[in-house]
Amino acid sequence: MATTRQIDCTVNGEPVTATVETRLTLADFLRDQLTLTGTHLGCEHGVCGACTVHVDGAAVRGCLMLAVQVDGSAVRTVEGLSDGDALSPLQQAFRENHALQCGFCTPGVLMSMQSFLDEHTNPTANDVTEALSGNLCRCTGYAAVVAATLQTARDGVEHHDQSPTSGGNGS
Amino acid sequence: MSYFGNRVQRREDPALLTGHGRFIADHQPPGTVHAAFTRSPLAHARIRSVDLSAARAVPGVLAVYTHDDLPGLPKGARLPLHVPNAAITKPHTQAPLADGEVCFAGEAVAVVVAENSYVAEDAAALVAVEYDDLPPVSDIESALNGGHPSHADDADNVAAQLTVGYGDVDTAFAEAAHVVQATLKPHRGGGHAMECRGVLAQPDADGHNLTVRSGTQAPHLVKRSIMDVLGLSGDQVRVIAPPDVGGGFGPKAIVYPEDIIVPALARALGRPVKWIEDRREHFLCTTQERDQIWTVEMALNGDGTLRGLRGTMAHDSGAYLPWGVIMPYISATTTPGPYVLPAYQLHVTCVLTNTVPTTPVRGAGRPQAVFAIERLLDQAADQIGLDRADIRRRNLIPADQMPYEVGLTYRDGSPVIYDSGDYPATLEAGLERAEYTSFAERQRAGRAEGRLLGIGMAFYVEGTGLGPFEGAAVRVQQDGRIVVQTSAAPQGQSHQTVLAQLAADQLGVDIDQVSVVTGDTATMPIGIGTFASRIAVNAGSSVHVAAREVRQKIVDLAAAVLEVDAKDVELADGEVQVAGVPGSGRTFGELARIAQGMPGFSMPGGTAPGLMADSYFSPKRSTYAHGFHVAEIEIDPETGAVDIIHYVVVHDCGKVINPMVVDGQVQGGLAHGVGNALLEVMRYDTSAQPTTTTFADYLLPEAADVPVADVVHLESPTDLNPLGIKGAGEGGTIPAAAAVIAAIENAVAETGVRINHHPVTPAEIHHILHTAAPAEVSA
Ligand code: FES
Ligand code: FES
Repeated sequence: MATTRQIDCTVNGEPVTATVETRLTLADFLRDQLTLTGTHLGCEHGVCGACTVHVDGAAVRGCLMLAVQVDGSAVRTVEGLSDGDALSPLQQAFRENHALQCGFCTPGVLMSMQSFLDEHTNPTANDVTEALSGNLCRCTGYAAVVAATLQTARDGVEHHDQSPTSGGNGS
Repeated sequence: MSYFGNRVQRREDPALLTGHGRFIADHQPPGTVHAAFTRSPLAHARIRSVDLSAARAVPGVLAVYTHDDLPGLPKGARLPLHVPNAAITKPHTQAPLADGEVCFAGEAVAVVVAENSYVAEDAAALVAVEYDDLPPVSDIESALNGGHPSHADDADNVAAQLTVGYGDVDTAFAEAAHVVQATLKPHRGGGHAMECRGVLAQPDADGHNLTVRSGTQAPHLVKRSIMDVLGLSGDQVRVIAPPDVGGGFGPKAIVYPEDIIVPALARALGRPVKWIEDRREHFLCTTQERDQIWTVEMALNGDGTLRGLRGTMAHDSGAYLPWGVIMPYISATTTPGPYVLPAYQLHVTCVLTNTVPTTPVRGAGRPQAVFAIERLLDQAADQIGLDRADIRRRNLIPADQMPYEVGLTYRDGSPVIYDSGDYPATLEAGLERAEYTSFAERQRAGRAEGRLLGIGMAFYVEGTGLGPFEGAAVRVQQDGRIVVQTSAAPQGQSHQTVLAQLAADQLGVDIDQVSVVTGDTATMPIGIGTFASRIAVNAGSSVHVAAREVRQKIVDLAAAVLEVDAKDVELADGEVQVAGVPGSGRTFGELARIAQGMPGFSMPGGTAPGLMADSYFSPKRSTYAHGFHVAEIEIDPETGAVDIIHYVVVHDCGKVINPMVVDGQVQGGLAHGVGNALLEVMRYDTSAQPTTTTFADYLLPEAADVPVADVVHLESPTDLNPLGIKGAGEGGTIPAAAAVIAAIENAVAETGVRINHHPVTPAEIHHILHTAAPAEVSA
C-alpha cells in the first residue's frame, strides 16, 4: 500500500495542511490535490521547466520535487503571481510583447523570469537569455520573452518606489 | 477604426498568464479514472502471449484489456488511412491495440484503467507479454537493402512509389553545359509541442452518448475516426478540442490509438476516462518527420540558368501510413520553388521501417525540398564560378510572369499556380538587409583575426491556405454580443483574437463584444483541421463572409423595423440607427430579439429569422506565400559551435490580419528551423530502438540558440480569398536549415567540404575543420 504523510506549508500565502502519498511529486500535488493547474508538466524529467514554481523564494522544478519536501515551506505558483485580476508587471509585459503563444510553457517561464528579476535589477539581454536557458518553449522562439523580461526590469528600475514586492510566498 | 492589420492584443493571454488556461490535463470531471498503456519494448515482434493477471490484481485497478477483449473494439480494427492515394500499395495503418504483431517500439499492446495515473502506470508495468522477435528495419537503407520486411506478411518495404515532374528532363541534361550532383540527407525530428497529447472521454448518464476531449488539431477527424472504428453514429459522439492546446506543429493533426481506446474504455466502464501522454511516450509514439534521402542532379546552361532537375528521393514512412503519402508528395512538389525550372522529374519511394510513423511537422516536407534545390544551386554556383546570389537572380521567376503555372499538381489536387509575389524584389530586400555585398570584407577581416564567418541563403515558396474549407458561423445574441463559432481548433495561433478581429470589423463592434468558440463538433457539423497554414485563409474568410451576411441581415431588419430604406441605415458600436439621426436606432440586442421571432407573428417586413449566418469558404486552390532567409554565422574553431550573428527573414504572406501574431509565427518557426539545422536528431539504433527519448538526449533549441529574426515584411495580396491573405505558420521554418547549413559550409569553405545533411553538430564541424572531410552521417 502507498505510504502517506501529512504536510503543512503555505501555497500562495494560504496555509495548507494535506495528507499526501510519499511518492507524489510537488507538481502533481499542486495540480491534482490543490487543483492549481497553472503549473504544467512538459517532460517530467527536469529539462523543460514548464513545472517551475517557487519554494521559499527559489525557483524549483515541481516535477523533480516530492510534495513531502515542501513540508514547512512557502510555495508560490503562477496563480500567486498576479494581484487579483490585475496582471503583474511581468505578466503585463508578456502580453504586450506577445511572449506567449500556446501558453503551455508560460507559467514556468514566468516563474523563472520572476525569480531572476527578483535578484537582478538591471540585466542585459544576454543575462536574460542565459537565465531563460532552463525553460523550453516551442512556440515563441524566445525573442519576445527576453524583450518582455527586459522591459519589466527597465520599468522596475524606473518606478522603483512603486514596484510591487516580489513576495506573496510568505518568506 | 479597423482591427484588420493592427497589432491587437491577444484575448487568450490573461487566462494563460495567470494559470487559468484549460488544457486537456486540467480537466478532471468527478469520478474520472486514468488509463495507462503497456507498450512494446521491441521494434518488431509477434505477440506470443499476454498475461494480465498481475496487473488486474493491483489494488485500484478497474480493468485491463488487450485487442482481443476490449469491449466495443471490433476484432481486427485498424485506424483509418486519412488520405488514401492510388500510389499506396501497402496501406498499413495501426491497430488501436496491437493485433498479433508489433511494428515499432512503443506500439500499445494493453491498456490499464485505475483510480489514479500512478496506479495505472504501476499496473501497466505488470502486464506480462511474451514476444517472438522478428528482424527489425531501422532506417531507409536497411528497408531497401536489408532483405527482410518490417511487416511480417510483406514481401518488401516499399509502401508507395510516385513520380512527380514535367518537361523533358532527358534533353535538358543532354544539352546542359553544367551538371551538379549530390546526395542529400535532411533529417527532421518531431514536433515536440510542449504539451504532450491527451484524451478525456465522458459517457453521459445512460451510457449512450460520449463527449471526448482530445488535445488535437483536428477534432472532426477524431470524431469521424471514433465513429468508424467503434461503429458509433454521429449523434453519439461529440469531440471537443480544448480551447487551450499546448502547441500542435503537425503531429496532433492525425488520429492516434488513444483517441479510439479512451472513448471505448469510457463506454465500457461508464465513467470518465483520461489519458495524458508523458514525454517518453511522445518520443515513442507521436509521429515525427525523420529522414529523406535525395539523390539528385541539376542541369544548367553556361550562364547559370536552370535547364532541369532530376533524381530520386527515398522517404521514411515509419511503420504505418496514417497520413498516406502527403508529406513526401509535398516535398516533391516544393522542389522547383521560386525558380524557372524548365524540366523536373523526381521518383519518390516511400519505405516502411519499424519506427514510429512519420507525418507532417511544421514545414511538412518542404524544408527538405528547399534544402535539396538550394544546396544544389550553391554547388552549381561554385562550379560555374558565379556568386550565390547571382545564380538565384538569374533563375527567379520574374514578377511580370505572375500568376505562374509551375506544371505540377499540388497536394490539394489543383495545379500549382503561384498567384502573386515579386521574388526578385524579395531577394534584393534580403541581401540588402543582410549587407550581403560587404560580407566578403567582413569575412576577410574576421579570418585575419582567426574568426570563421559564413553566410548562407535560401528561398522558398509555400502553398498555403489549402481547402477544402473550414467553416464559421456568426450570430448576434439577444444580449447584443456576437458569437463566432468555427470548426477550427487553435494550438497557440491566436484564433480567439484574429477571428474576433474579422467579425468585429464587419459588424462595427468593439472586439470585446465578440466571443469565439473553436473546435467543437457539436457547434459545427463538419471541419477539417488546423494544419498546413490554412486557418487564417479558410476560417478567416468564412468568418468574414458570414459576418458580412449578418451585417446585411441587421441592416435589412433595422430598415424594416425603423420603416426606412436599407441604404439610410448605419451601424455603429453595436447599434443601428437612421443615418444622421442619433437616438433613432435599435441596439443589436433588441434587433436580435426581434429576429428570434414572436410566437405566432410574422417576421417584420418579410426578413429572414435570426441574425445569424454561416459560411464554408472554399478556396479555388492554394495561395502561395514566399520568403527568403539569409543567415550570417560565426564558428568557434575550438569547439565547432555555431553562433548565428545576424538572421534576416524576408516574409511575404500577403495581407496581414495581425502583424504581432505573424511576427510571433515567424520567430517561432525560425526556432524550429534552427533546431533542425543544428540540434534535433531522432535517433534509432540498428535494432530500431529509439535512443533519444528525453530532452537531455534530444536537444530542442534553447533561448541562446535562436537568433532574433530581423524581419522584412513584404505584401503581395492574393485574390484567391476575400481578405487577400496567405498562410504564415511555416515560413519561418521552411528555408532555415538550408540557409544555416549553407552558412556553415561557407564558413569552412577553405576545407572544400560540402555539407548536404542536417543537423550539423559542433563535433561534426570540429571534425571537418580538422580533417577537411565530412563526418559520418547516419541517415
Ligand atoms: S515538467 Fe518539470 S522540467 Fe519538464
Ligand atoms: S508558448 Fe507554446 S510552448 Fe511556449
